Amino acid sequence: MKSIELTRMRSGEHGRIIKIAGGFGIIKKLEALGIRPGVEIEKISAQIMKGPVIVKLGNTQLALGFGMARRVIVQPFVEKAKP
Amino acid sequence: MNKSQGLTAEKDRIKKIKKILLIGNPNVGKSVIFSRLTGVGVIASNYPGTTVEFCKGCVHYAGEKVEVIDVPGTYSLEPTSPAEEVAVDILENAIKQKDSIVINVIDATNLERNLNLTLQLLKRDIPVIIALNLWDEAHHIGISINFKKLQELLGVVVVPTIAITGEGIKELISRLGEAKKGEYRYVDQERWHEIGKVITQVQVIRHKHHTLFEKLSDLTIHPWTGIPIALAILILIFVIIRTIGESLISYIFEPLFDYLWYPVVTQISQLLNGQGIIHDILIGELINGEIDFGQSFGLLTTGLYVPIAAVLPYVIAFYFVLSFLEDSGYLPRLAILIDKAMHLVGLHGMAIVPMMLGLGCNVPGALGTRVLESKRERFIAATLMAIAIPCMAQLAMVFGLLGKYGVRGLAPVFFTLFLVWLIAGILMNLTIKGESPEIFVEIPPYRLPYFGALLKKVWMRIRWFLHDAIPFVLLGVFIVNLLYSLGIIEFLGQITAPVVIKLLGLPLKAVAALIIGFLRKDLAVGMLVPLGLSLKQLIIASVVLTMYFPCVATFAVLLKELGFLDMLKSALIMIFSALIVGSILNLIL
Repeated sequence: MKSIELTRMRSGEHGRIIKIAGGFGIIKKLEALGIRPGVEIEKISAQIMKGPVIVKLGNTQLALGFGMARRVIVQPFVEKAKP
Repeated sequence: MNKSQGLTAEKDRIKKIKKILLIGNPNVGKSVIFSRLTGVGVIASNYPGTTVEFCKGCVHYAGEKVEVIDVPGTYSLEPTSPAEEVAVDILENAIKQKDSIVINVIDATNLERNLNLTLQLLKRDIPVIIALNLWDEAHHIGISINFKKLQELLGVVVVPTIAITGEGIKELISRLGEAKKGEYRYVDQERWHEIGKVITQVQVIRHKHHTLFEKLSDLTIHPWTGIPIALAILILIFVIIRTIGESLISYIFEPLFDYLWYPVVTQISQLLNGQGIIHDILIGELINGEIDFGQSFGLLTTGLYVPIAAVLPYVIAFYFVLSFLEDSGYLPRLAILIDKAMHLVGLHGMAIVPMMLGLGCNVPGALGTRVLESKRERFIAATLMAIAIPCMAQLAMVFGLLGKYGVRGLAPVFFTLFLVWLIAGILMNLTIKGESPEIFVEIPPYRLPYFGALLKKVWMRIRWFLHDAIPFVLLGVFIVNLLYSLGIIEFLGQITAPVVIKLLGLPLKAVAALIIGFLRKDLAVGMLVPLGLSLKQLIIASVVLTMYFPCVATFAVLLKELGFLDMLKSALIMIFSALIVGSILNLIL
């Protein structure tokens, strides 16, 4: 399965974070709230017109701006259900 | 149980605890634990040199009063915002003084992310004890944590707590003396790996159901359902504030003034023979031979009536509703819904928080801009708030003044202010260099607020109003009387006549209100009452009073927040747009 930007993932889809395509600052910022390579992520929803993307990691729900979400590279799981 | 209390540990503890720092991620119930520990007598203060607020209180431990500090929430000891910098700074100072311990509050429903901060804390030279909070919620959603194992692995005491019901708090207090420095050693790059190792040994997750609150959460963030819900909530807020505020006024505060205070001031007035300079200052002018709390303008009449009977009830109502919204977890959801719109003015969704705070009082609103990362955002947010967001004190008076005209009186004021907010924001976004960072925020689960902590927060905010606002109102009344009797108001009126009369279409006497507006906006609006202005003049005066300059308390905070140059820029923007908008209203209304 090829990796895509978080913004292109469908709502309700699960996947794994492959990498953060950004500099040290953004990597640190995302990491502090648990967004880092290797973590399983679920996209909950997205606001219209390139608004914030809402994701779930473990029990945490986070909202991140569209531009930031584009830097999160994920690999969606093939099956729909959580493995 | 206390395997960790070996002999070696004994020397790592401090003999006498002087200070306790509550440290943890945001939204883990830290403030509820704080409120449980401290009881009454909490003060909110600004961290020296900054304007980030934190709370201090005391707990009785081992027969002594020990200071407890509710450190601003942080996800890591590598700060990314001014509020987080303060958290780290408080910790560093406590480490230097060697008389403090840390209660690390962690969220049992989010153990992995919370341990990131814990592991960083355990490397520092300060004793730590862990409160594993939200223990019941974790259980509900199918997470079980072997806390004894966690305690063994981390090498510090772990006490499960349910802050909302108070369970575990007593044990936490009784075991404060067992706090000790962490011995957990690891390489920084391997931190998440280490956390993973701990998690697999202590945590088991079972299948869980979607709870009612989670469904509600989804509905309130999804754009198609979230926006209508947000509008409904905003209308509800308005209705609740009005209902609480009006009931407090007509059932408590007005009867108090009419039946208890009126006879007292009437007596004083008669003792002073109803005239003379002392009478003018204390009681003011008699209207038709009687004291009129709204119009007499003495220290003991209007000076007390405006802040207490006209404004305080709405301040109580507003902070009650706002604190409920904050503690239930709705604000971040509102921020997400409004995020895209806020980008128009160069801000992101979280800027809604200082704006809402500013609606209560511009001072906390200005302080609230600290949640924004960049200087540019803070400038835009602070200026927009000061220029277009009237505080509750002013709002209460504007409602009193224009309320009788209904929508015809109120709509032009608020629609104008909204347009000003939008246009000024768009212009600043276009002209000020730099970009605005994006929103990145945790969406905490909905929780029913803990009533005790909620009341404490409301009380602290009201107390701030009583402490800081009432003296200013009294000072304002005093100065007005002084300026009138010295003829200074008339003099200033003649100088500014071209602007006030020609441009804004206001009578000369309104100049006094504009001068006092710098001290207190509510009082300034109150000064319009006896002038007998037309509806058009009332609308213009209300708008101009909101826009032209912040009150002195807000001004002082903004000066500190923005620095001299930026404050000057901000003030010039305010004065000029107030004149422009006032003149336009004068032409078109």
